[in-house]
Amino acid sequence: MNPELSIKMRGLDVKVFYDSNQALHGITLSILENNVTALIGPSGCGKSTFLRCLNRMNDTIEGARVTGHVFLDEEDIYDSSLDVVELRSRVGMVFQKPNPFPKSIYENVAYGPRIHGLARSRLELDEIVEKSLLKAGLFNEIKDRLHDAGTGLSGGQQQRLCIARAIAVSPEVILMDEPCSALDPIATARIEELIDDLRKNYTIVIVTHSMQQAARVSQFTAMFHLGTLIEFGATETIFTSPKEQRTQDYITGRFG
Amino acid sequence: MSKLLKHRDIRLKQRYRAEAFFRSCGLFAISLGVFFLLVLLYSVFSQGVSAFWQTSLTLSVKLDAKIIDPEGRRANDPQIICIADYPRLLRNALAEELGVSLDDLVSLREVSRMFSFGAGSQLRDLVVKNPQLIGTSQKLTFLAASHVDSVFKGQVNLSVSETKRKLSNKQLEWMKKLAYEGILHKTFNFGFFIFSASSRPEMSGLGVALIGSFYMMFIVLLCSLPIGVAAAVYLEEYAGRNRFTDLIEVNINNLAAVPSIIFGLLGLVVFIHFLGLPRSSSLVGGLVLTLMTFPTIIIATRSALRAVSPSIRLAALGLGASKTQTVFQHVIPLAIPGILTGTILGLAHALGETAPLLLIGMVAFVANYPVSPMDPATAVPVQIYMWANEAERAFVERTFCAIIVLLMFLALMNIAAVLLRNRFERRF
Ligand SMILES: Nc1ncnc2c1ncn2[C@@H]1O[C@H](COP(=O)(O)OP(=O)(O)O)[C@@H](O)[C@H]1O
Ligand SMILES: [Mg+2]
Repeated sequence: MNPELSIKMRGLDVKVFYDSNQALHGITLSILENNVTALIGPSGCGKSTFLRCLNRMNDTIEGARVTGHVFLDEEDIYDSSLDVVELRSRVGMVFQKPNPFPKSIYENVAYGPRIHGLARSRLELDEIVEKSLLKAGLFNEIKDRLHDAGTGLSGGQQQRLCIARAIAVSPEVILMDEPCSALDPIATARIEELIDDLRKNYTIVIVTHSMQQAARVSQFTAMFHLGTLIEFGATETIFTSPKEQRTQDYITGRFG
Repeated sequence: MSKLLKHRDIRLKQRYRAEAFFRSCGLFAISLGVFFLLVLLYSVFSQGVSAFWQTSLTLSVKLDAKIIDPEGRRANDPQIICIADYPRLLRNALAEELGVSLDDLVSLREVSRMFSFGAGSQLRDLVVKNPQLIGTSQKLTFLAASHVDSVFKGQVNLSVSETKRKLSNKQLEWMKKLAYEGILHKTFNFGFFIFSASSRPEMSGLGVALIGSFYMMFIVLLCSLPIGVAAAVYLEEYAGRNRFTDLIEVNINNLAAVPSIIFGLLGLVVFIHFLGLPRSSSLVGGLVLTLMTFPTIIIATRSALRAVSPSIRLAALGLGASKTQTVFQHVIPLAIPGILTGTILGLAHALGETAPLLLIGMVAFVANYPVSPMDPATAVPVQIYMWANEAERAFVERTFCAIIVLLMFLALMNIAAVLLRNRFERRF
């Protein structure tokens, strides 16, 4: 692999159990800095589960148990010395269904910086909010409605608001779980553009059901099947000459 | 042929018939409910509204110094003013209006029976406060006796023979005369909301009961809202699911279903016998009602918390909010309308509760206003219960009037619940 690429996050033999049911069977996978890594695979193969391991959202699921290691830079995030609140401020998340708080657009974006004390003054907070909305490509559309309800936006705008909200905490990594699955093609295209932009400053991991989307936005692709990682590599390679037959079949739509 | 084929038999007719049947069932059920509600409201209002007015006598009374203080000793002995014969002043004043001779003792007795027993004390209180009025004439309004009130409101069958009536024919004649002269008339019955318990209907009111109910509602709100909400938040958001929390859950649900009289028994044993709190006090009543209300609040709060979309929690947690920040900054604010509705409905339930209060001795004849929640008091529903046991027409009227008051409070609380819910929901 290209030597100038540095590893941002690394899963090492990650296993996840939901009660007695094992969802992930030892995943070892590296996430490269300032790249978009797509997680693909048929439904129920554990993509979301793996994604949730990266910011410990599995902690919130009752009965979920994670073993193995996940490193952020060189730190093991399952090591007790790293607080989960700090971890989540460094590894943000965007969910499948847009989930803005039932508050104003401004309050949605300002919430993260506020709880982490990132702004020392109102002015600074205003600036963070504006910048985050700009980066999420939403600012121009809503700049005179900042104090209207975030839930009143269209689906695509809501999802970009959620991205802005995640960006506002200045994370290093952004996790996205099928961020476009509830959106129409135009909104999807905008988000895809946005992801490509964000790559310059953030490391992105995206779960997607759409092969085209994976091909369009990602530099690396990981193919999951039944809780195992069956193939990982540069997106181009995976889509043109996969080593695994199952990958080939999935990409060409023969199963999934 | 081909036209026939276009129509498939998908049992459309049956489906529409089933729908129409269900709709008519629903309509029937609702009409039945509305009908009974109207019957209830009609019977309560038709019998109770009259108690909002009370028959009074307005006449000018001569505060004759010769009767109040025949020996002229009041300068040295102020006691004299307190024990003077005020009913005689009233009697003389009315006799004068009616043209009854002051020597006709039989008629004079009937004249004095036209006044409420409380009229004399009313006059006494006035004179004790303003001794300078002695010797003057004052135009004053006094309560009429309850028989006069009932007859004046047309609630008494006058065709029965005179001996079986409380009022003689002579008194009835007088009433006609007085009504014609405007001396006998109806006034708004402020006393109904102020007076305490009395064996005379015209002088009894909801005063003590309203104060008692107010104290109790205050105690219930103060105790059950924080405890109930805290318990619900802990159980719903923090406690894991295990045997122990399952047990607590089952117990809370059972607690909500325990017959209220059992809570009264519990209150009697724990608060009165064991803790030694004063019997009949609104403090004990409030605590007993708290016990009853807070399972309701816990259940309402928990379902309100559960109704908050999990995606909101995930959003907050995903941003790095702590558990407590997530709960207090996102989940609880969204649950507030539900919590408030549950609380107000619980309070409304407590306001109408009677059985447990009977057991802790709140069914008492309380003549003094309770100054603190430690003093003996009654509650509005208990007062209704007590009045309902009285046979006199004036008490029947008061029973229904108290029901109207209680229903109005309940309606107000329910309206408040709706308004509060709308207000909090309107924030996005
Ligand atoms: N909260 C949960 N509780 C129990 N089992 C779960 C939970 N979430 C996911 N699973 C199980 O874990 C497996 C992987 O699920 P998931 O990671 O959601 O798959 P994907 O996102 O690839 O569709 C599935 O078999 C699913 O049933
Ligand atoms: Mg998924």
